[in-house]
Amino acid sequence: MSPISSRRGAEYARILATGSRRPDRVVTNEEICQVLDSSDQWIRERTGIITRRFAAPGETVVDLAVPAAQQAMERAGLAPSDIDAVIVATITHMISTPSAASLVAARIGAGKAVTFDLSTACAGFSHGVSVANDMIRGGSARHVLLIGVDRMTDVIDPADRGSAMIFGDGAGAAVIGPSDTPGIGPTIWGSDADQWEALYQTQSWTDYRDERDAGGTPPWPVLTMMGPKIFRWAVWEMAPVARKALEAAEVDVADLAAFIPHQANARIIDQMAKQLKIPDHVVVARDVIDAGNTTGGSIPLAMDRVVTEGQVPSGGLALLIGFGAGLSYSAQVVELP
Amino acid sequence: MAHTQDEILAGLAELVAEETGIPAGDVQLEKSFTDDLDIDSLSMMTIVVNAQDKFDVEIPDEAVGGLKTVKDAVDYISNAESAKA
Repeated sequence: MSPISSRRGAEYARILATGSRRPDRVVTNEEICQVLDSSDQWIRERTGIITRRFAAPGETVVDLAVPAAQQAMERAGLAPSDIDAVIVATITHMISTPSAASLVAARIGAGKAVTFDLSTACAGFSHGVSVANDMIRGGSARHVLLIGVDRMTDVIDPADRGSAMIFGDGAGAAVIGPSDTPGIGPTIWGSDADQWEALYQTQSWTDYRDERDAGGTPPWPVLTMMGPKIFRWAVWEMAPVARKALEAAEVDVADLAAFIPHQANARIIDQMAKQLKIPDHVVVARDVIDAGNTTGGSIPLAMDRVVTEGQVPSGGLALLIGFGAGLSYSAQVVELP
Repeated sequence: MAHTQDEILAGLAELVAEETGIPAGDVQLEKSFTDDLDIDSLSMMTIVVNAQDKFDVEIPDEAVGGLKTVKDAVDYISNAESAKA
């Protein structure tokens, strides 16, 4: 009997291009405080957020993902038929099947691609970078379209002082493809799954239905989180993960062009940068200030911004780290397109 | 070696000053972290983590909510040091 034939992919992979879709509506802290018992100053001091974007009624994660994906493909100089796989990192695709990735693929004309979603919340995009890298190097795809997107306004309680002011909606995309030189460093990833209760959805959809059908008036299931606990975990547990990603890539922190952490909260970003001793010449992405925390969209939106605004040179190195519900995390060094 | 209450207070006051800019002299035993010193929950967590390092004790998340006053924190650190001895 002959052995199973093996397949090898490209020697390396890299991010070829990025794209983004920021919803049109800008929401100020004053507007948030029409429902939330808070103030502009209180929100700025605790989160650094000044504005965020909200998607229009009926504008789904698929609607947000499609233009971001198309922009990334166009910038990469690729046609939809060149895309072998579409991966969508999201937690707010509000139907269980088909996947958001299938719907995106169909809409952009990549209807023969491999399609699946990743549900790792704020670590979704950086998980996806790792998966795409392995797919390309393993020979199971040549070009992967990875989109991080969330419509967080569907799953937040606008009156919750622990979360309402933080989140926003948006989509960021990246086309990842083969490369002759290393463009994506080793991913350091994992979870602290036994701490999942620090950030979770309050009720299942079926519990919601059953309570409603029994004549109750259940509250809409929303995210709830233990902010200070998450802050502690995000800074003091995640900084060592980021350091390991630098070590694994054999990149010194001073050689980075950008530090692009999940845009959770400016206080987390600042404290993390301090713990990592990020030098002043390294651009620290602070998209959160006017995008809020867009969960899956957070890192690719921030990356697209530092690249398209020319804050960093093409080919510069960026340290990415995603962390959040699960509690899941992933970090890697990438070369920027 | 275990620290005296005064040493813990002085060390804690330094950490509060470093994080918030509040003069160390204002950090007194009877002061409430939130009501008197106006320290928010994220700064409080930063102070707690730094206090762990400074005094080499464990202050778990669950304990932080119980540290209402500066004296609560000083006592917690003192007890944690004694428990280790």
